[in-house]
Amino acid sequence: MTEPLIRIQDIHKSFAKVEVLSGISMDVAKGEVVCVIGPSGSGKSTLLRCVNALVPIDKGSIVVDGQEVHDPKLDKLALRRKVGMVFQQYNLFPHKTALENVMMAPVHVLKQDKKEVEARARGLIKKVRLEGKESSYPGELSGGQQQRVAIARSLAMQPEVMLFDEVTAALDPETVKEVLLAIRELAEEGMTCMIVTHEMGFAREIAGHVYFTDRGVIVEHGPPKEFFSGAKDPRTRQFLSQIL
Amino acid sequence: MLLPFRLARPAEPVFSPTARWGLMLIVLFALSVGAAEAQTSAGQPGILATIWKWTPLLAQGFALNIAISFLAMAIGTAAGVPLGICQISLLPPLRGGSWFVTQFFRNSPWLVLLFYCMLLLPFEVNIAGHIVPIPGWIKSTVGLSLPVMANMSELVRGAIRSIPAGQWEAADALAFSRRQILWMIILPQCVKRMTPPWMNLYAILTVATPLCSVVGVSEAMTLTRDALASEARNELLVPMYLYLLAAFFVYCYPIARATQALEKKFAVK
Ligand SMILES: Nc1ncnc2c1ncn2[C@@H]1O[C@H](COP(=O)(O)OP(=O)(O)OP(=O)(O)O)[C@@H](O)[C@H]1O
Ligand SMILES: [Mg+2]
Repeated sequence: MTEPLIRIQDIHKSFAKVEVLSGISMDVAKGEVVCVIGPSGSGKSTLLRCVNALVPIDKGSIVVDGQEVHDPKLDKLALRRKVGMVFQQYNLFPHKTALENVMMAPVHVLKQDKKEVEARARGLIKKVRLEGKESSYPGELSGGQQQRVAIARSLAMQPEVMLFDEVTAALDPETVKEVLLAIRELAEEGMTCMIVTHEMGFAREIAGHVYFTDRGVIVEHGPPKEFFSGAKDPRTRQFLSQIL
Repeated sequence: MLLPFRLARPAEPVFSPTARWGLMLIVLFALSVGAAEAQTSAGQPGILATIWKWTPLLAQGFALNIAISFLAMAIGTAAGVPLGICQISLLPPLRGGSWFVTQFFRNSPWLVLLFYCMLLLPFEVNIAGHIVPIPGWIKSTVGLSLPVMANMSELVRGAIRSIPAGQWEAADALAFSRRQILWMIILPQCVKRMTPPWMNLYAILTVATPLCSVVGVSEAMTLTRDALASEARNELLVPMYLYLLAAFFVYCYPIARATQALEKKFAVK
């Protein structure tokens, strides 16, 4: 079997003596889509933030594409251009237009040619179905539109992995669909994705593997069919019965 | 039987509080001129005529107040912005040092700082063999720019901290360096937030410029006192100082209005 693109092994993380991650392990193969579900506060966001080194871990190891993420000598730029991340609150830069938001990092971080980046950025905006909104400011866009710009902004760095942290949680039901559609298309194109979500229907359809976390550990995991119909652990069952 | 009586509905204020204050000032000025006129003995020139006579000189002094305010604001802003940025530095000595400087000058009385600058700065400097004198008004400008710098530093620090953490996080995830995040993402967003309080700071500085008269600078306050001394007429005292007050009001009120308008505009967005 080939080496997984992301290998997480027994990671631990505490914030001020409170252990948030207590030994999590998972492998994500290239092109695979995994969904992480679990109750609030179970450490899902922290897990994603560890993968792109926004949060340092206390113990364990995370290897992304052969790179140890928590090696002190790690080139963070090299890691982060490989790992894109989209947040619940979009976090677009409000003083820049949609197009500028998408272009900024490739131009200033990767120092790529501005013309090339612009062509690519326009393509990405079209891909997330926002043609015509290039010169709108984030404040002029709906939540769903902003979130799609955020996805395009991440993709502009041409990452190998995308992390999605409850990207539809702040949206109204109407606009959830358009964002999920954008993610689905990405997954179908073979993008490796780690998705934290509360959209169970979406997870069931899109995931190759579903992980259920509670209090910093993975309680249960498996392919979606088995996971959703035959959960064994009482905690998983209780969570699923509440949310479905 | 008592009829229920209706309370008169308070009328919509025609003038904003500041405008009413200004109006009061004008009324007060008119009243004081009238009162002083009544005390004027026969044969002496009228109060208004006397004030008019001194106006060109007072205007010159007032121009110096404005010049001091511009210059102190420029120096204070130019020094305060980097000082404020240092306050969020990751290097503890730099952060601590800039914090101390900021707190020190923010909590010192302006007048004390003025005296210190008058005493400590030399009255002339030697630049490449040329003796260049430093006039008192320049020294007092430096003195006033110190508290402006400290207040500016706090404004910058507060504005940076008011930007949501998500902005830093998103930029981090896109591999921007800390310096790039600060200059390209955080500070541009701060400019808008800082403009109204910055204008407010300018208005406060302007009304503080008459402090320079205490250290002997010939600005409007000093010249008003000189004029009064040479006239030696007690009844002139009140109208003359009210005249000076009105001059400051006329200059600062539009700034206050513009500040309010900007605040409102930014709050909507
Ligand atoms: N930077 C931090 N400092 C201190 N505590 C933190 C920090 N980040 C997260 N925590 C704590 O860690 C715990 C797990 O947080 P995390 O955000 O990973 O949970 P989550 O599973 O994503 O929850 P949610 O579904 O609400 O987003 C929470 O109790 C939170 O308060
Ligand atoms: Mg979360």
